[in-house]
Amino acid sequence: MKQENFEPKILAFCCHYCAYSSADLAGSMRIQYPPNVRIIRTPCTGRLETEYFMKALENGADGVLVAGCLEGGCHFVEGNLCAKRRVNYTREILEEIGIEKERLRMVNVSAAMARPLADTIIDMVETVRKLGPSPIKQSSFAKAAEDKIGVSKQENRK
Amino acid sequence: MIVAQRKNIPDLLAIVKSHKKLLVLGCGTCVTVCLAGGQREVGIIASSLRMAAKLKGLPLEVEELTIERQCDNVFLEQAADAIKRNDAVLSLGCGAGVQAIAERYTDKPVYAGLDTAFIGILEERGVWTEKCAACGACVLHEYGGICPVTRCAKHMLNGPCSGSREDRCEVNPERQCAWQLIYKRLKDIGQLDRLKKIKPPKNWNRSQSGGYRTIIREDHRV
Repeated sequence: MKQENFEPKILAFCCHYCAYSSADLAGSMRIQYPPNVRIIRTPCTGRLETEYFMKALENGADGVLVAGCLEGGCHFVEGNLCAKRRVNYTREILEEIGIEKERLRMVNVSAAMARPLADTIIDMVETVRKLGPSPIKQSSFAKAAEDKIGVSKQENRK
Repeated sequence: MIVAQRKNIPDLLAIVKSHKKLLVLGCGTCVTVCLAGGQREVGIIASSLRMAAKLKGLPLEVEELTIERQCDNVFLEQAADAIKRNDAVLSLGCGAGVQAIAERYTDKPVYAGLDTAFIGILEERGVWTEKCAACGACVLHEYGGICPVTRCAKHMLNGPCSGSREDRCEVNPERQCAWQLIYKRLKDIGQLDRLKKIKPPKNWNRSQSGGYRTIIREDHRV
């Protein structure tokens, strides 16, 4: 995929009590944010486990955004703090794998922070756009192309 | 329980890179509790290996499976089919689990995905501490239930040494002096007189000398 045509696919896990409502409010307020994010509502960011972020990236997301309540404001007391630690741990694993850790980010917003959420989404999309398509997808594309070349060579031999 | 921690992804990839089909096999007992090799960690490590292999252009297929206990043949049977259809096994069990697989499946390479660390307990969320060195001849009754062999940096049976500062160990000031703990504990339970007796040198024959240890129970043999 060429860099200039690249539209990042970003998965946003949004907490029901803050970021999801905030995204809703952004809609009501006619605040624009890029359509690159696919929002998944979660009961609390504390529900999210390391493997969710890994699977998202493995299955082709260019970036993952985790949006939870402000610190100290979690409906379940400390779910967002659990999520913060898991996000940091996952970022360490991504570095070990060789994927830019900036592809995974956590933000804290309240249900009233529609503008800051939209700004965060814009910033995340731009960050990932600069990083380019996920190297996981790229390598699978490269492999598919390679396989195709391999097949056509075999066909030529026939 | 046995406490272990995962090896890092570049090391794991270096270990398994010569294979095309890999089974990442988790264990549902000790290493699940210490968050190193259970079903969730199998998912994380398998995903990581798939992605790392893709980035390096290696054709690695990774299958995931977790069984109840790797160190037991009865449970190990449940992994037989998965082991058969893969080129190699990356075990997320402790060292005993890895060797149980190697002994049972003689034609299959088995690798350790974890570094098995010690026998210990969960001290607080996310913190595990060694409590037992499996020395083979327990002396805990003499020391109020606090093990000087494991928890004293100098393994002293007639302590304390003269190096501790307040209640801190001189070898590592972040650690508590085991002998301070022993003294306080024996005082609390009214057994301070135990410390008046000089303990003879420990018999280490029952520890790791002369190779691996075995226990044979004739009453249970068939």
